[in-house]
Amino acid sequence: MQAMMEKRALELLENGTVDRVLGWSAGEFPYDMTPAVFETAEELKNNFVYNDFCGANLSKYLVKESRKGGKILVFLKPCDTYSFNQLIAEHRVLRENVYVIGIECYGKADVDKLKAMGIEGITGIRTENGEYTVMTVYGDKTVKAYEAMADRCLSCKSKKHVVYDELIGEEGEVIEDCDRFDMVKKLEAMTPDERFAFWRNELSRCIRCNACRNVCPACTCEQCVFDNPNSGISQKAAVTSFEENMFHIIRAFHVAGRCTDCGECSRVCPQNIPLHLLNRKFIKDMNEFYGDYQAGEDPEKKPPLGTYTLGDREA
Amino acid sequence: MQRIGVFICHCGTNIAGTVDVKAVAEALSHEQGVVFSTDYQYMCSESGQQLMREAIREHKLTGIVVGSCSPRMHEATFRKAAAAEGLNSYMVEIANLREHVSWIHKDMKEATEKAIILGRAAIAKVHLNAPLQAGESPVTKRALVIGGGIAGIQTALDIAEAGFEVDIVEKSPTIGGKMAQLDKTFPTLDCAACILTPKMVDAAQNEKITIYAYSEIEAVKGYVGNFKAQIRRKARYVDETKCTGCGLCTEKCPQKKVPNEFNMGMDTRRAIYIPFAQAVPKVATIDATYCTMLKTGKCGVCSKICGTGAIDYTQKDEIIEREYGAIVAATGFNPIDAKVYGEYGYGTCPDVVTSLELERLMNAAGPTNGTLLRPSDKAHPHKIVFVQCVGSRCTETDERGKPYCSKICCMYTAKHAMLIREKYPDTEVYVFYIDVRTPGKNFDEFYRRAVEQYGVHYIKGMVGKVTQNGTQLRVQASDLLAGEQLHIDADLVVLATAIEPDKTARSIGTMLTASMDTNDFFTEAHPKLRPVESPTAGIFLSGVCQGPKDIPETVSQASACAAKVIGVLAKDKLTCNPCVASSDEMLCNGCSSCEKVCPYGAITYSDKEFRGPNRTTLIRRVASVNPAVCQGCGACTVACPSGAMDLKGFTNKQIMAEVDAICK
Repeated sequence: MQAMMEKRALELLENGTVDRVLGWSAGEFPYDMTPAVFETAEELKNNFVYNDFCGANLSKYLVKESRKGGKILVFLKPCDTYSFNQLIAEHRVLRENVYVIGIECYGKADVDKLKAMGIEGITGIRTENGEYTVMTVYGDKTVKAYEAMADRCLSCKSKKHVVYDELIGEEGEVIEDCDRFDMVKKLEAMTPDERFAFWRNELSRCIRCNACRNVCPACTCEQCVFDNPNSGISQKAAVTSFEENMFHIIRAFHVAGRCTDCGECSRVCPQNIPLHLLNRKFIKDMNEFYGDYQAGEDPEKKPPLGTYTLGDREA
Repeated sequence: MQRIGVFICHCGTNIAGTVDVKAVAEALSHEQGVVFSTDYQYMCSESGQQLMREAIREHKLTGIVVGSCSPRMHEATFRKAAAAEGLNSYMVEIANLREHVSWIHKDMKEATEKAIILGRAAIAKVHLNAPLQAGESPVTKRALVIGGGIAGIQTALDIAEAGFEVDIVEKSPTIGGKMAQLDKTFPTLDCAACILTPKMVDAAQNEKITIYAYSEIEAVKGYVGNFKAQIRRKARYVDETKCTGCGLCTEKCPQKKVPNEFNMGMDTRRAIYIPFAQAVPKVATIDATYCTMLKTGKCGVCSKICGTGAIDYTQKDEIIEREYGAIVAATGFNPIDAKVYGEYGYGTCPDVVTSLELERLMNAAGPTNGTLLRPSDKAHPHKIVFVQCVGSRCTETDERGKPYCSKICCMYTAKHAMLIREKYPDTEVYVFYIDVRTPGKNFDEFYRRAVEQYGVHYIKGMVGKVTQNGTQLRVQASDLLAGEQLHIDADLVVLATAIEPDKTARSIGTMLTASMDTNDFFTEAHPKLRPVESPTAGIFLSGVCQGPKDIPETVSQASACAAKVIGVLAKDKLTCNPCVASSDEMLCNGCSSCEKVCPYGAITYSDKEFRGPNRTTLIRRVASVNPAVCQGCGACTVACPSGAMDLKGFTNKQIMAEVDAICK
């Protein structure tokens, strides 16, 4: 897969279709694949990586990258294409400056799960026949993919690319019977006190690092309300532990109806707070109140929370 | 720092009866920034205003909080009083101590506590108030009347009489509305057509009035003084300018089996038709759902027969745009579908009819040429049962009906009963009623004549069931006064069905952003004091679209409505509301969230150049608000994810300050 992607990227770069390539390269560790922009064939050959550690959703980077002039190639997994479409709908990404290559995805590995299995010294990963072969300094280890797959991928909602200019690999389908709302249903079944206790406990670990906000493709404001001293809710030293709670609640409200459920918030949380559950609750509620709606599925489709129609009731 | 004056009104005992006004004034006097705090019996009175004005002078007040009735009542009064002392009107805030406190609480301690809290919230807001300047906007001196029934016609005639242009937009091929379908009118029994058609002709002949019949409102934009309406002129397939209304085509058209809606579907008309003889405009219309030519391309009889070449099968809907200063909703009503009351046999027994159907059965231009014959066998009915309140005055558990009284049924039923007894003395007439409601000039006299002079049997009680029994209808009912069950074998049963607003009212209301009640009647700006105005500026209400009413009441309301419209059109300039939204371009993401929720189309986007870091320029898509179109509803401010959108006079900060003050 990596070879195919690299080859195609080189072709497009060399024939002048695109000026830059947005992909992944190794970060500090060989398993923390980091979004990277490649401007030359050489950079691409030396540093471009694609494997099942490449979980990062690249679409948000296009808010800036698509405005830098020239055309940029981006590789998008199926779930990333929803975020991309949503950004198009919100005029945050300039579509004409982006060349989208959709890439197939069968679920990304969760390095924490691998570590929990006792696998250490990870240097790379290979995927074949539903198994991850993890390269380590102590030799290769093979595990069943579903045992080490990220939770968000286990309840994947779609293997279909909702937008692309070309595809590498196979086109999948929307997964109608995905079980992504199971945990939300469990939370709904709790008493309000239990639920409050659940969230107080989860959110008590928040260190206000803002990673969730910074990675979220729906959080692309020119200036975030939490950074704006005039908003009245700007970031400040936590006075009470309830402030972190409010941060997440405000954030969930701000992305309501726009969140595509890509799961990046939970992926990047260093404290492993299941933040995506807040958004999923909103998505589930909206589906139930206003009919099924998937943000990003179709940029032309009207969002239930963000559209005024003549049929709207005043009361 | 503001210097705030607090004025707590007793409103007689309206507030002071439940709220310890002195304690409120005393408590608020200790709030930050408050330099003067007092209570007074009637703040809205001349002397109350004087008190405020003196305080402004003496204490050099920069902000005012009045604890009084709803701002909808006296905000303008206090703003004017403040302005008279040179204070900006928008530095006045109202704490609603009447509707929000004294009228809804009983316990004085609790009410006083709440009054103090609301006072604190208003003070917190005043601290953040900024002077606002209202702009002016010009007025388009033309009115739009939506609906061409008697209400719309009367309103249009009166506006035209004052010298202003009026357009009537009517969705059916002719104006006239429901009144054109009626036979006689209570309480004087003059023929509906005889009194209506002269007004229709007046409207047609008046050079200030333009009638767009067979047309519908497609979209309305703008604001008081400057509305823009798109009108869909539906294709008649007949050139209005060429058609003389001779009616030849309507006689020759081979498609004869179209249910005639003017006669409530009780007879048929042709595919090309003129609804009735006195139609205005008297122009034929082709019904595209039935016309063979339009459906299959084979026929063309009307086109061949037409002497003026008016038939045009290629005609398309046309959308025209017109500008207006004021808009009148006169969308009228319809009877509810009586089929929902299966127990009365409507729809299954042919001789169960609605009152409006009976009107047509008794009308000389109706399907029976005015002879009362029942639908099933065209025989003269000898025993007729009227059922009142079918779908009116229903309890909340009855989802089929309406909670309100339809107001006209008692009187028209008395009229029907009387006319039948007059014309066919051999007919027995029974009326089942819950109450007979006859308030109105000469109304009760009219009803008593039906009972005393014409011998109509009025029975207090409801009909339980109507079933077909051979050629007759078996009516099971109860006589509440005699306390017995009755069985009447009737030849005809007439249901006085409830009336409801026309189905188009809801979408028109939404287009006009005029509020409606749960029954889809338009809401008036004040039920007693502003009964013909919608709370939305520039939108006025005429006729049954505002609530059930009979013809005399409709006509007087229609004229009142015209007077209000003339009041707007007579002005050259209107003062705008300065409490409008505005976008902070530095924060705007250009995401269009605000644009999508704006009901007024006040928000547009443009690409603007901004200075970026290191001497670069950035092109960013940013929102801007047209302050003349914005109505200050605030929908955009909540939709905006970055907080770029804010509402003057109700800024996010002000509202949060109020919330903080309340939660303190």
